[in-house]
Amino acid sequence: MIAQKFEYTAPKSLDEALHLLASGAKPLAGGMSLIPMMKLRLASPEHLVDLRTIQDLNFIREAGGQLHIGATASHYEIESSALLRQKCPLLTETAAAIGDVQVRNMGTIGGSVAHADPAADYPAALQALEAKFVLKGAKSERTVSAADFFVDAFATALEPGEILSEVIVPIDDARTGTSYQKMVQPASGFAIVGLAARVRVNAGKVSFVRIGVTGLSNHAYRASGAEKTFEGKTSSPANIQAAAALVAQGVDANSDLHASADFRRHLAVVHAARALKTALSRIA
Amino acid sequence: MATTTTKVETFVGKRIRRREDPRLITGTATYVEDIQMPGMHYAVILRSPHAAARIRSIDTKKAESAPGVVCVLLGKETKGVGAVPCGVAMPDLRVPQHTILATDRVYFVGHPVAVVVARDGYLARDAADLIEVDYEVLPAVADPEKALAKGAPAVHPQWPDNIAFTYHQDGGNVDKAFAEADVVVKQRIVSQRLVPMAMETRGVVAEWRNADRQLNLYTSTQIPHLVRTIVAGMLGLEENRTRVIAPEVGGGFGSKLNVYAEEALMGYVSMKIQKPVKWIESRRENFTCTIHGRGHVDFYEIAAKRDGTILGIKLKLIQDVGAYHQLLTPLIPQLSVLMMPGIYNTQNIRADIVGVFTNCVPTDAYRGAGRPEATHGIERMVDMLAAELKMDPAEIRFKNFVAKDKFPYATATGLTYDSGDYAAPLKKALDLVGYAKLRQEQADLRKQGKYMGIGISTYGEICAIGPSPATPAGGWESATVKIEPSGKVTILTGACPHGQGEETTFAQIAADELGVALDDIVVLRGDTAVVQYGIGTFGSRATAVGGTALYYALQDLKAKIKKFGAMLLESEDVTLAGGQVVDNKTGKSKPFQEIAGATYRALKLPPNTEPGLMATRFWEPPNFTFPFGAHIVVTDIDGETGQIRIRRYVAVDDCGNILNPLIVDGQIHGGVAQGLGQALWEQAVYDDNGQLVTGELTDYALPRAHLMPWIESHHTCTPSPVNPLGVKGVGEAGTIGCSPAVVNSVVDALSPLGVRHIDMPLTPEKIWKLLATKNRDVGSRGATK
Ligand SMILES: Cc1cc2nc3c(=O)[nH]c(=O)nc-3n(C[C@H](O)[C@H](O)[C@H](O)COP(=O)(O)OP(=O)(O)OC[C@H]3O[C@@H](n4cnc5c(N)ncnc54)[C@H](O)[C@@H]3O)c2cc1C
Repeated sequence: MIAQKFEYTAPKSLDEALHLLASGAKPLAGGMSLIPMMKLRLASPEHLVDLRTIQDLNFIREAGGQLHIGATASHYEIESSALLRQKCPLLTETAAAIGDVQVRNMGTIGGSVAHADPAADYPAALQALEAKFVLKGAKSERTVSAADFFVDAFATALEPGEILSEVIVPIDDARTGTSYQKMVQPASGFAIVGLAARVRVNAGKVSFVRIGVTGLSNHAYRASGAEKTFEGKTSSPANIQAAAALVAQGVDANSDLHASADFRRHLAVVHAARALKTALSRIA
Repeated sequence: MATTTTKVETFVGKRIRRREDPRLITGTATYVEDIQMPGMHYAVILRSPHAAARIRSIDTKKAESAPGVVCVLLGKETKGVGAVPCGVAMPDLRVPQHTILATDRVYFVGHPVAVVVARDGYLARDAADLIEVDYEVLPAVADPEKALAKGAPAVHPQWPDNIAFTYHQDGGNVDKAFAEADVVVKQRIVSQRLVPMAMETRGVVAEWRNADRQLNLYTSTQIPHLVRTIVAGMLGLEENRTRVIAPEVGGGFGSKLNVYAEEALMGYVSMKIQKPVKWIESRRENFTCTIHGRGHVDFYEIAAKRDGTILGIKLKLIQDVGAYHQLLTPLIPQLSVLMMPGIYNTQNIRADIVGVFTNCVPTDAYRGAGRPEATHGIERMVDMLAAELKMDPAEIRFKNFVAKDKFPYATATGLTYDSGDYAAPLKKALDLVGYAKLRQEQADLRKQGKYMGIGISTYGEICAIGPSPATPAGGWESATVKIEPSGKVTILTGACPHGQGEETTFAQIAADELGVALDDIVVLRGDTAVVQYGIGTFGSRATAVGGTALYYALQDLKAKIKKFGAMLLESEDVTLAGGQVVDNKTGKSKPFQEIAGATYRALKLPPNTEPGLMATRFWEPPNFTFPFGAHIVVTDIDGETGQIRIRRYVAVDDCGNILNPLIVDGQIHGGVAQGLGQALWEQAVYDDNGQLVTGELTDYALPRAHLMPWIESHHTCTPSPVNPLGVKGVGEAGTIGCSPAVVNSVVDALSPLGVRHIDMPLTPEKIWKLLATKNRDVGSRGATK
């Protein structure tokens, strides 16, 4: 398990990093996805630019009524952030469900989102949160919604030379309940399916619902059919079930050794119902 | 001079912390990978990406001219090196020529094709990518049942039926037993292929010293002396100029109870380049090139009377051999046959083994080696029989246990069980788990549509392997004890502990026998230049056989110490106790350390006595030992997802006398972890082309710490009469007892749906399908008479 030869730079500033990336270098964050691929020689970048040495990319803060998370915030930093626990518990819950302690200590939210593994956990939560991603290049900066960002398995809206510099999520009020429910693939720790739910109830009716799904298809998505069905209804078990039943609709489900397409679909429905139920129970 | 005997602390039977752990947990132990030598070179092995192919040509030019590369070796060059040996002799065994590098054909994915040697490991790895091999890909077969079918691709062209060996054993009168039976239950049971997965992969450092014609070989092995004898033979070297060192060995589980091509290959390379060379196996290679375990398809039939009395058992066993025989490959299923009656009193058995070549890495010993497969079989069959007869699974076991007054008990398979009280651990486990109450709870939960299961497994196993006539390479073990002039004690054991803790338990034995402090004792192992010949550590033998050799060596020394003590005390009547030789009449005493000094100073010698204090014993065990126990597993099944949660795990194991309860608990815990691995998660899956689909830890689900249930570990104690320590062995018990208890529990949970058998691993999807369709017998097609 020996990688091919590569250059390594630990830049001092974001500008320096972007400059190197513009000339073809590849960003390295926690290395939890990239390094194994290099060791298996499935990836052989010639030059790695380490983002973790850049102070400007490591933060979790509240500004302008939203939460801003720097790309190199580790899964552990997110899981243990008091600010996020209070204002975006869906993200801390999701972070805590990732892999194992070592992976959470090293892996970063930027790396996970940029890597876009179809079984990664964050993308489900970020879809449900309608997160925005700030993408920076040497001469550009733009903001892309989660809905537009995840394009395919391991494919995103990132252009060559661009990095994801921060993740922006909204602050929900106390009438919002959230939950992330995951079926773990026992070997890797990744999600066989992962369902994130975000719900609000007003005057006895579900007034707002967002459901993010990961693991089921080539990329994480919002189950808008299920959302539409649930909105405006009461949160009765029958209505939860009816909504959950739609999360896998029209999806070309993944199939592998750990779960066939049929089983994955079934699990998505089960976990959607559980996520909705738990989210509803968490509304203050 | 002291005149009273000081009461010295004793150690045997106490929870003493492992003396080997500080270096392990501080990261200061020396594994093969840690060895550095001046001028060291590094080898990388190019392996076949195909399961079956003819090698048309190999172009090494680019690799040879790559930076840092010293040489690239191919099979045609190493043809003179002896074949990788199979240590088992059987009348109709077909042994394919197993060269250390492939020559004109490859037989499994991972088959070594070339070795690249460079001055650093990175350059060697890069150069390996530059070798161009032109393969003509051939059809492969990876499934042993498919390999037996007519028209299957021949793994070895000279044997188109793919049969590697057959073996038949008959005991009693099976035909009569089945004719007289009220009920016969049949089932196909799979024990899937597993990857042993030692935390430390294999690795070899070879250092040829030309001036001395001496090869030093550092290798991660369980059997350094056997590796020396065999590798010296393969390379045409002298055994006394071949030194094998097993430094710290990071787990083996049987996978390092072997002699591998790379051990001879690195020796060859070092001789060729006249430099030390290092090869470290990658995890990927460990998956594809180190032996696998299990790999059975078993067809069982069990015959019984209506009252549950078992009359006879038949077994047709298909053993997936893989492409070659490794050291013990054909022996492993024979151990299954020996163990097939379990701990039940039935004298009628028939077994037929067919070993089948497949285009896969060979199978061989993996923790339990044949006994987990056998125990899984009999314990599943007994449960199915109980279900068929509507008997309680505990009751049917009590009814059929070999009774406690029947020992020594001769089995239908030719073994003699040394001692046992099989009802005791089951009774204890039933009490501990609260069996009657649990059955009540289960009935209540069933009314609510919930699935909860209670699974019992009562196992027996074969340990202390074993009497020499029953083993391929000698079944004795050796020990030397040296008492230094200062009274410090050095033990040299022929066993090769690599995680089992004998540096602690052997010191406990010696400390108590001699009456010295634990800290005064050092245990050395794993170096053929230091330790007299030995057999090694496997088959739960090191303490029962090696510990006994140690015990007898200590008795020799005690006698000599007493002689010297008597001489110094000018007494005829002395005892050795508490580290002192005491004159029984006067009460005067001499401390052990002073006597040790006197034996070397040798100013005066007792009659017919030589100076010095050193003794060596080779102990040949008269029999195996037969530990046993009962494991009970309570499971709850998530009816929506098929996920299994283990609510309780009660293990009552009887391994005879316990030298160190802490170490015994550790062995049980580790064993259970690997048993759970087989029951719930692990499987080496080859696709139809012979590619290992589960060839990475992202797909091969190894048990992890956070997946472990709480193990309630308890014991009964039935000492073994086979050795003076009364110990039986405990290294494999957990693995053997575990998997049938888990499967029995889950089948019990799903029995209201008509489920009677599920093959391992019990993945959520299999369970879900059963729940969803009430479809029977996932992965198998059994039938009841
Ligand atoms: C044993 C194990 C278990 C795991 N289990 C889980 C799990 O349960 N759930 C889960 O979701 N994940 C899991 N992971 C993956 C883990 O979360 C990774 O940390 C994550 O996928 C990648 O993040 P990273 O910071 O390590 O990125 P890296 O591995 O450093 O990079 C990944 C890719 O993203 C690119 N990249 C990194 N940062 C940026 C950026 N800011 N902008 C643009 N491109 C960037 C890199 O160039 C590379 O292509 C597991 C990993 C391992 C090794």
